[in-house]
Amino acid sequence: MTINQISVLVENKAGAVAEIISVLAEKKINIYAVNMADTPNFGILRFIVNQPEEAKDLLEREGFLVSACKVLAVGLKDIPGGLTKVTKVLNQNGISLEYLYAFISRSAENACVILNTADVEFTAQILNDAGIPIYGNEIFEKAGLL
Amino acid sequence: MAEHIFFDKEKETMKRKDIEALQLEKLKWTVNRCYDRVPYYKKIMDKAGVKPAHIKKLSDISLLPIMSKADMRENYPFNLFASPLEDIVEIHASSGTTGKPVVGAYTKNDLDAWSECMARIIAASGVTKEDVAQISFGYGLFTGAFGLHYGLQKVGCMVVPISSGNSAKQLMLMEDFGVTVLIATPSYGVYLSELAKDKGISDNLKLRVGLFGSEVCTPEMRDQIEDNIGIIVTDNYGLTEIGGPGVSGECLERDGLHINEDYYLCEVIDPDTCEPLPEGETGEIVVTPLWKEAFPIFRYRTKDLAKITYDPCKCGRTSARMTKVMGRTDDMMIIKGVNVFPSQIESVLFTKPHIGPHYQLILRKKNYMDTLEVQVELIDSSLLERYRELDALQNDIRSSLKSVLGLDCKVTLVPPRTIQRFEGKAKRIIDKRNETEA
Repeated sequence: MTINQISVLVENKAGAVAEIISVLAEKKINIYAVNMADTPNFGILRFIVNQPEEAKDLLEREGFLVSACKVLAVGLKDIPGGLTKVTKVLNQNGISLEYLYAFISRSAENACVILNTADVEFTAQILNDAGIPIYGNEIFEKAGLL
Repeated sequence: MAEHIFFDKEKETMKRKDIEALQLEKLKWTVNRCYDRVPYYKKIMDKAGVKPAHIKKLSDISLLPIMSKADMRENYPFNLFASPLEDIVEIHASSGTTGKPVVGAYTKNDLDAWSECMARIIAASGVTKEDVAQISFGYGLFTGAFGLHYGLQKVGCMVVPISSGNSAKQLMLMEDFGVTVLIATPSYGVYLSELAKDKGISDNLKLRVGLFGSEVCTPEMRDQIEDNIGIIVTDNYGLTEIGGPGVSGECLERDGLHINEDYYLCEVIDPDTCEPLPEGETGEIVVTPLWKEAFPIFRYRTKDLAKITYDPCKCGRTSARMTKVMGRTDDMMIIKGVNVFPSQIESVLFTKPHIGPHYQLILRKKNYMDTLEVQVELIDSSLLERYRELDALQNDIRSSLKSVLGLDCKVTLVPPRTIQRFEGKAKRIIDKRNETEA
């Protein structure tokens, strides 16, 4: 069970993020989760949106460098050490994280994180076997967003 | 290997001693014309203590003073002309970005000679009268478009004089007219080839040859254009001050640019001492045109760096060949005391994966130290999910540049199509060392 994410290369200049977000807003694309990672030279903006394919097309037409990939939305217990359970399982199975970011769901009772690894299908399997909840798009649907 | 085509086989395959005899005769004619008809030339030759009669053998050319752009500026616009104005039928001029332009002038005979030089270069790149040639150089005072235009017509091609700009129309005409030969700057050639690929029309084009000039085209850049649109790209050389393009051009062996030696006498000098350098050494090219009635000049410093070989070429031409221009003495950046040419950087970038062909070089001063930033476009979106590879790519480019230049620089990957494209000569260097930056 995976979720589609899009990543956009962001120029290191004022207003660059605003430009990207306004492209999405104009076409009424809803952003569920967002994360920005930066290096000294440029940033990468990652989104979970309601229409990932349309968003990718739109941004590419505007000349942005965009990639789409599958990531996992994972539920955590909202208590100290909640995330440890996940990282422990990954570690025991020799899976390393590419990146991870948190988001809030109005429907899930748990805290949620988006994470990416070299092999998301395998990671989903492992987490599932360990009893850790993996969400699909329904997590957004429940909130009445999709 | 493709068949080699000649425009004037007899002249292009002359024996060395015959070439030299012809050069000496035409050199004497040129020097006489300069001395007798142009007061400025008489003045500087008298000052150097040299008379036309002192030119008895080719090497006596070194007795003549060396001319530069400053001499041309001083005599702007018409003071170096050796023909009455009524005999002059065409004027050209350099872009003159740093002051008054440099003027070129042609009589009817001059235009014939110019066309002849161009026709030979065009034929050497495999073009025949059956070809349809699109000229995407800007028409105007710039010599490039007209030089190619005259030469292509002399060969008998159908010429499409579209000039530069309006890239969508460029591609439309290429497709509709069945254009087989493209004339452009290498950077515009890259841009058009990208666009053709994006629009998915590369396969509809009949292009087979590109004659690219007016700026340095590294072999790596050439290969990229060839891959994109499946054509053979040749380089040719010349400059406004000495008559425009036509000095030299590549044959299909692409092992140096054949100099039209019966029209141009080329020397290689040490740019610092102005002393002639032995064969095979890299230095500044100094050119004496041997055909100019309207605007003769001798020993013009081109500021272009190359070397010349007299070894015979596989194509059968006996002419001397110059290497591609390796850089210009005034393009040379001195960064932390290290001499750096943009072409060296370009050669490194074109060997790297995941990045595009356009780049920009930014020079800054930080705490009294020079810094160089190389900006290049990332075009492979899959790397956005793979930080390590992205990081590795950046480090790889940086370390290759360091080993080639002997200089540490900053490498910045930027989104595609954010670096400015140029329809004429690309301006890749931004020198901010004299600016205060926030």
